Amino acid sequence: MADRPDQAQQGQNKPTLQLHVPEPSYRPGDAVDFGHLTIPEAGAQPRPDEGCEASETNPLATDLIRVLGDDNLPHGPWDPKLDADTLREMLHHMAMVRAFDERMFRGQRQGKTSFYMKCTGEEATSISAAMALASDDMVFPSYRQQGILIARGYPLTEMINQIYSNSADKLKGRQLPIMYSSREKSFFSISGNLATQTPQAVGWAMASAIKGDSRIAATWVGEGSTAEGDFHAACTFAAVYNAPVILNVVNNQWAISSFSGFAGGERTSFAARAVGYGIAGLRVDGNDPLAVYAAERWAANRARSNAGPTLIEHFTYRAEGHSTSDDPSGYRSAQEREEWPLGDPVMRLKDHLIALGEWDEDRQKSLDEDCATEVKKATKEAEKNGILGHGLHHPFRTMFEDVFEELPWHLKEQSAQAIRERETKFPEGLSE
Amino acid sequence: MIDAINDALDIMLDRDPNVVVMGEDVGYFGGVFRCTAGLQEKHGKTRVFDTPISECGIIGVAVGMGAYGLRPVPEIQFADYIYPGLDQLISEAARLRYRSAAEYIAPMTVRSPFGGGIFGGQTHSQSPEAIFSHVSGLKTVIPSNPYDAKGLLIASIEDNDPVIFFEPKRIYNGPFNGYYDKPVEPWKKHAQSIVPEGHYRVELGKARKVTEGDELTVLAYGTMVHVAEAVCAAKGVNAEILDLRTIVPLDIEAIEASVKKTGRCLIVHEATRTSGFGAELSALVTERCFYHLEAAVERVTGFDTPYPHSLEWAYFPGPVRIGEAIDKILSE
Repeated sequence: MADRPDQAQQGQNKPTLQLHVPEPSYRPGDAVDFGHLTIPEAGAQPRPDEGCEASETNPLATDLIRVLGDDNLPHGPWDPKLDADTLREMLHHMAMVRAFDERMFRGQRQGKTSFYMKCTGEEATSISAAMALASDDMVFPSYRQQGILIARGYPLTEMINQIYSNSADKLKGRQLPIMYSSREKSFFSISGNLATQTPQAVGWAMASAIKGDSRIAATWVGEGSTAEGDFHAACTFAAVYNAPVILNVVNNQWAISSFSGFAGGERTSFAARAVGYGIAGLRVDGNDPLAVYAAERWAANRARSNAGPTLIEHFTYRAEGHSTSDDPSGYRSAQEREEWPLGDPVMRLKDHLIALGEWDEDRQKSLDEDCATEVKKATKEAEKNGILGHGLHHPFRTMFEDVFEELPWHLKEQSAQAIRERETKFPEGLSE
Repeated sequence: MIDAINDALDIMLDRDPNVVVMGEDVGYFGGVFRCTAGLQEKHGKTRVFDTPISECGIIGVAVGMGAYGLRPVPEIQFADYIYPGLDQLISEAARLRYRSAAEYIAPMTVRSPFGGGIFGGQTHSQSPEAIFSHVSGLKTVIPSNPYDAKGLLIASIEDNDPVIFFEPKRIYNGPFNGYYDKPVEPWKKHAQSIVPEGHYRVELGKARKVTEGDELTVLAYGTMVHVAEAVCAAKGVNAEILDLRTIVPLDIEAIEASVKKTGRCLIVHEATRTSGFGAELSALVTERCFYHLEAAVERVTGFDTPYPHSLEWAYFPGPVRIGEAIDKILSE
């Protein structure tokens, strides 16, 4: 008898089918226990050669690459052996991002801008990764990698000008706050549409290879956005053309209110997806700055030597709300952040430097104060150029510019209309 | 027209080392319509190559290549299959210059065969130009003959804005006048099929006056230029037919001048009627030529249904539908 349904039993499945709708382990008010998470010993993971076959990385795609142990010292083959100055620089960038996030969040609450998004708890995934790349490697970030700009020395005042959409905003008030763009820093224009940057990064990397360049591309995407079709396209194209690209998946467990199970995280890791595409896959402790640096460096060397793309899952935790428009107490247990077993990346790096005898609590305190002072100074500087809500800042004609390289007739007509309306709408007078 | 398109691509691949041609089956095989035949062999696999079957991937990587500094010419095999790439076109390619204040641009030309009249059924016949004309930041170009196809394609590739370049596949091999029961002429008997050798441009945003006339203005593009011309000739109407060639940017001056002269305007397109590009044309003509109009502006279009297979010639806006509209306009 062939293996096929018995006609007599059609429609009589036993038991009846059930739809599985994922549910996070903890909701508001629940006591949190992350005991089920497998956190391997630091240093236990092998480090294959950067030019290895992609399949050789398969075990690492479900493991967790860790360098910093509970003793705050580096362990194992992934130790990037960074000198103390580099580690202090990394810590400085992290402290700066944290200070920046704090102040900008407050700025939004004070009505200086409409919107902000913090990256608290995820600082290593952008800063350590950016430090492992060359400064002219092209990055295609999502909206939560402000650390890259800071690590690359982009002026804080310029960032704040953009957040405030003021008269000095290089994007002329066209973009939502934090959707930065800096060609000078090889930082691609951020889009609100999720995951679109991933095939773009692959295309940029393909272009670099077509031209025989030596620069590589890296992109960042949240675990939630990996469910977008663009991410599948990016992985396919990256594999097909062996593109010199790094696909960073920041798995911070939450996509606004949806836990990672809704992106398919219940059954396997996000790094494990690399296996099916024939891409090297690494899963790293995203709160271990040394592990993130080492993995990114490994992937960069691999890409640069034409050995192919890498997908890195940074396993981390979104410590704060999704954005200034979000209150996470409505969907997850407040205890999660405290119980998160991988700790805080800034504290771990600080403790590491202290363990090396290269840092102390007093220096940390003054670093934090210095960062707060510098951000405050940059904020004051930016506020001289205005804040959102205090004037429209940019000449009306600029609204019509850059839609195309040149203004077609219909935009010239509409520009003239906007300028005409100005006199009625703002009789007190506005420049241009 | 296929040869003219192939020639334009060949010339641009020669002239500009940043031009790359890519898409499904465009490489070794030379394209399902032969538009890229021989190009890979001549220019190499890193300039002309096949892609995975992924329209969002094709457009997405082209945006990234443009950001690098290349001038990609991606092909979407049929306009009916451009929809998976729409997010990349609308949210990314079209907005990139604006949102980055010109730090990054998307100087890409998306070629795609479009239009019906070939028994292509629902998914090989569509004319989705109105979707793109509604997106600020995209240019939309539709040639109607080999001379324009080459000149417009070269101009599109050289343009620094993203261009959607729709090639009416019904007229790839010869002009089609809508009389589907009569033999089709090949291009070689047609004046517009004479294509100069080498590089030349047909400026974007400029209409072509197909016939000079004073009774009626006909606005058309693509295949419908030939249909309108044949119907007007058959009816003995002294019509001024404008082949718009690009719908964004639109040659409003040519349209205004003609309608103000004739006082009557007929708009013809294959695409479905509601919210089709004809609605925009009708509104513009009404707004700008109101006191010169002697009759209501008429639209002859495809019906508001998916493109049918067996009922193609009942659906297609051919001679009968156009003739009826002309009679109505001229009788007012």
